[in-house]
Amino acid sequence: MATIEMTYRDAISKVLAEEIEHDENVLIMGEDIGRYQGTFRVTQGMFEKYGGKRILDTPITEAGFTGIAIGAAMVGLRPVVEMMTMSFSILAMDQIINHAAKIHYMTGGQAKVPLVVRGPGGAAKQLSAQHTHCLEGWYAHAPGLKVVAPATAVDAYGMLRTAIRDDNPVIFTENPGLYTIKGEIPDDKDFSIPFGKAQILHEGNDVSLIGYSRMTQVNLAAAEALEKDGISAEVVDVRSLSPLDMTTINASVAKTHRAVVVYEDWKFGGFGGEIAARIGEESFDELDAPVVRCGGLNVPTPYARNLELECIPDVDDVIAAVRKLS
Amino acid sequence: MAKAKLEELESPAMLEEFYRQMVFIRRFEEKCNVAYRLGKIGGYMHTAVGMEVTPVGFNHVLKPTYDYIITAYRDHPQPLLLGSDPVAVMGEIMGRSAGLSRGKGGSMHVYDIEKGFFGGWGIVGGHIPLGAGLAFGSKYKGEDRVTLCLLGDGAANQGVVFESMNMAALWDLPIIFAIENNEFAMGTRLEYHAADTELYKRGEPFGIKSERVDGMDILSFIKDAKRIVDWVRKEQKPFVMEIMNYRYNGHGAADNDRQLYRTKEEEAAAEKRDPIARLEKVLIDRNIMNREKMEAIDEELTDQVEAIYEAADASPFPDASEVYANVYTDMDPEKGH
Repeated sequence: MATIEMTYRDAISKVLAEEIEHDENVLIMGEDIGRYQGTFRVTQGMFEKYGGKRILDTPITEAGFTGIAIGAAMVGLRPVVEMMTMSFSILAMDQIINHAAKIHYMTGGQAKVPLVVRGPGGAAKQLSAQHTHCLEGWYAHAPGLKVVAPATAVDAYGMLRTAIRDDNPVIFTENPGLYTIKGEIPDDKDFSIPFGKAQILHEGNDVSLIGYSRMTQVNLAAAEALEKDGISAEVVDVRSLSPLDMTTINASVAKTHRAVVVYEDWKFGGFGGEIAARIGEESFDELDAPVVRCGGLNVPTPYARNLELECIPDVDDVIAAVRKLS
Repeated sequence: MAKAKLEELESPAMLEEFYRQMVFIRRFEEKCNVAYRLGKIGGYMHTAVGMEVTPVGFNHVLKPTYDYIITAYRDHPQPLLLGSDPVAVMGEIMGRSAGLSRGKGGSMHVYDIEKGFFGGWGIVGGHIPLGAGLAFGSKYKGEDRVTLCLLGDGAANQGVVFESMNMAALWDLPIIFAIENNEFAMGTRLEYHAADTELYKRGEPFGIKSERVDGMDILSFIKDAKRIVDWVRKEQKPFVMEIMNYRYNGHGAADNDRQLYRTKEEEAAAEKRDPIARLEKVLIDRNIMNREKMEAIDEELTDQVEAIYEAADASPFPDASEVYANVYTDMDPEKGH
């Protein structure tokens, strides 16, 4: 199949435009996504092309417009809500967790909520404490939501299509640090990647580096550095937090017998702890060392660049975590 | 039933129908209260005793099953009036497999989506944006549906209500924000929870047409409701209605000390405004019905409610396998403890 090289951001824009054209019930709504072209420019040019009905500028009232999207989804629309940053979705958490996630269940299957909430989660550059949350673990904690965190352009492309065509509410988290990375995208308007499938992006035999979203890119760089020291690391890209593919994770651990779980979210109580616990429960006999977590520092993200960088796991932190295992 | 014309709204047949519906709801709710005390209903349960005018009135001026209705947790009357299987309504309230959600929603979460009834919500004010979303959806598709979004005076203070009103006005959403002002936010009296107790004014800052109406008199209410519903359908714009009524029961079945927030004298005075007694007087004054006929109707409806309760009580509790069903449309959640 022919492929096109493009950035993670353009891959998301491409699938949004394709789905707008594919299904008249798909619309995008969010703050500054139309006339202003989107804060991270994901919806650039779309307002002019598709108009204000399909590309809807909202007031800065996350709870209200997310609830409107949920209600509209209940009567057959397929809204894609852009959160200017995922941190702002905290205002809409009652609508997402207390309403969207439970509707199919509470109605005994009578109502469906085909909703996507997407946007950048995690640190960008010096945005301080209120704009840098990694909330995917909070959302993955709630049954009824599907939660995905693609690390590559092609996965962003394929998984966002799956999200939009899914009949359940999906949290699709991007990372500001991923928007400019490039990848090859299939030239296929129906290309999609199913949820619940982790992937091995780099084969190795000595240790499994398990992560998602931008941390997968950090793990790939760490694997390359470790290789120079004679350590063969396998990079497991989880991609989908809920549903979670433990089969692929356990198979990797069975091969390497060591695991480091890397996540940008606060280390304490984060989703990486769930993966680590599951490896302990399901692959105990395969392990030659305790499962190690490498997560963000347990502090509100500081503004000063040096302090901010200190908070986010980087290649050195991953290598240090691997060294603990030997 | 079909949408009524204004002159039909006061015909003898129509008045008898109002009477039957209001008495049926009251007997149904009273039976729920009895069942709750017997331990047949659990959790939180909120009845609409004294508040029958709103659902009955709207039922005759909306296009039932075409228009959308969404409300909070005082949600038993609407599906009963829309023609939902009453055993499925009672079954849901009792947590049985015959329930509309097979016992997974309960009293606060009754839904009959096919009939345009979207529940049934437990977070005060949380369903208001959803209601605006229903109206958004019908408008997006070019339909002329009206969404009736019922809320209480307590919910009228929630932030999302103002957010929703702003967007409803901004985008001309065909929704009626119907604030039922029963004077109490759970156990807190109106004057202790609202800076401005004239709640219809909540729509004014957004340029939404707003009006206060009497919710204890079915005859005046039905005319007000018809005028407003017809306007919203035609204009495809929002409307804020404040419906003045009174909640005779406690907030919920678990509220068993009403004297903490109101006196017995106040309750006795409010009962003199009882909407059913008021309609009975009209029926007698107009020679439509005598006391004997009313008693016969009451007896018939009481028996009907009893039969509904017996049928629901005969329904088994949901099968254990039901616990994982409907978390997702197409997969199971993580299983096990």
